[in-house]
Amino acid sequence: MHLFENKIVLVTGGSRGIGRAIAEKFRECKAEVIITYKSRVDTRHFDARGIKYFQCDAADSKRVIELVDYIVNEYGRIDVLVNNAGITKDTLIMRMTEQDWDSVVSTNLKGTFLFCREVVKSMVKNHKGKIINISSIVATTGNAGQSNYVASKAGVIGLTRSLAKELASYDIQVNAVAPGFVETDMTAKLTDQQKEAVLNFGIKRKPAKPDKVADFITFLASPESDLINGQTFIVEATHLRKDEIIHFKTGV
Amino acid sequence: MGSLLLDKAAIVTGGARGIGRAIATEFLKEGCDVVIFDKFFPQDFDNYVSEMATCYGRKIIHKSVDITNTNDTQKACEEAAAEFGHIDILVNNAGITRDKLLIRMTEEEWDSVLAVNLKGAFNTMRVLSRIMAKQRYGKIINISSVVGLMGNFGQSNYAASKAGLIGLSKAVAKELAGRNVNVNCVAPGFVETEMTLQLSDEQRMALLNLVPLKRASKPEEIAGIVAFLSSEKANYITGQVICVDGGMVM
Repeated sequence: MHLFENKIVLVTGGSRGIGRAIAEKFRECKAEVIITYKSRVDTRHFDARGIKYFQCDAADSKRVIELVDYIVNEYGRIDVLVNNAGITKDTLIMRMTEQDWDSVVSTNLKGTFLFCREVVKSMVKNHKGKIINISSIVATTGNAGQSNYVASKAGVIGLTRSLAKELASYDIQVNAVAPGFVETDMTAKLTDQQKEAVLNFGIKRKPAKPDKVADFITFLASPESDLINGQTFIVEATHLRKDEIIHFKTGV
Repeated sequence: MGSLLLDKAAIVTGGARGIGRAIATEFLKEGCDVVIFDKFFPQDFDNYVSEMATCYGRKIIHKSVDITNTNDTQKACEEAAAEFGHIDILVNNAGITRDKLLIRMTEEEWDSVLAVNLKGAFNTMRVLSRIMAKQRYGKIINISSVVGLMGNFGQSNYAASKAGLIGLSKAVAKELAGRNVNVNCVAPGFVETEMTLQLSDEQRMALLNLVPLKRASKPEEIAGIVAFLSSEKANYITGQVICVDGGMVM
């Protein structure tokens, strides 16, 4: 597993959940891994694995510029960018405050824009790069109570498609991954009813482990995916028994 | 004169010009009262209003609103609802572009496009969702773009905002489905408006090459679909994106 030896990988929001699993997977593949975190980080955990960490609010443009500048100076370049930092502030739209909207859209969507813009400067110089933006399954299906989150994650897909076109001539591939239900701190906050709604919508699903999502991310960051650009992939653990297939068919 | 939207009341944002004005005209023609929100109204607007009033005899009100401002938008929406006693239709059409390659795009260019195209729709829907839920009736149509579906060179901010709008529409479609409120998107392709008149001949040709029907659409061709989706004929359509694009997205 030396797939990413000498590669510089930056994962935003890498201290917990899916981001952490992504960072660890790249590290296992011998990459030089740098994560950002907003509020807290288990320093011992990441020190033990040789993963570097920096505080950065993805929505804070000044800090993003400063940090990416620092990383490029220190490491010479960035080969892979994973825009994973994301937050939720769930409530029905009629009760949603301006602040609920702004905080989610600026972290999830503007943060992705800011990191792309800064990191791409280094990738364009190298004529090589991989950007993977983490969207969400709800960006394609919609979800009640998450209009801010869904808008931000759907926006990420539009951004991904534009950047894929803009950067194709520099040999930079930009793709999005839309995870379904993944076991993380973020989904642990959901009520049983909300979990049920996501897991049993259409076909039966089970929660996925974050490291299974990370497996797919490392594929998209590898040379094996050089022909894949501007796409959005849904990654989720479907769980379908034979009798359920029949039930699903006759039920419709 | 038709009666597709007889005695309904609608809000159309960005209705002073272009596609928005064509939508307002179509609504008036179909028997609907219209409130137009826009930031600026062109010189010919008063003529337009009096012409519409004579032709169709429906109420037409215009309000100068900056839809990026949450409080001002809330006030304007509530005033419009008070004026008619009901608002049955909301069309989020206001949109701007600030095209630039990603590397050169400023934070201000990103913010301004997202604020009008995406947050503006949130601001109106936030208020109208409450009003429409109470009425147990409503149609919300958000004007997205094929660029939101396909992405486009030099339009990362615009594409993000228009794709975000599709997501927002689906989320709210699910939230309001139980209250008999439908939320859909219309995604125009290449439309002849002041916004697209700025394109160079070369850009026009490049765009037309992507259109199987080999021509741009008139704003009226977008307005017709919006009127249909705003009518009771579309009661069973929600959470959808309808491309009106001459076949660009297939």
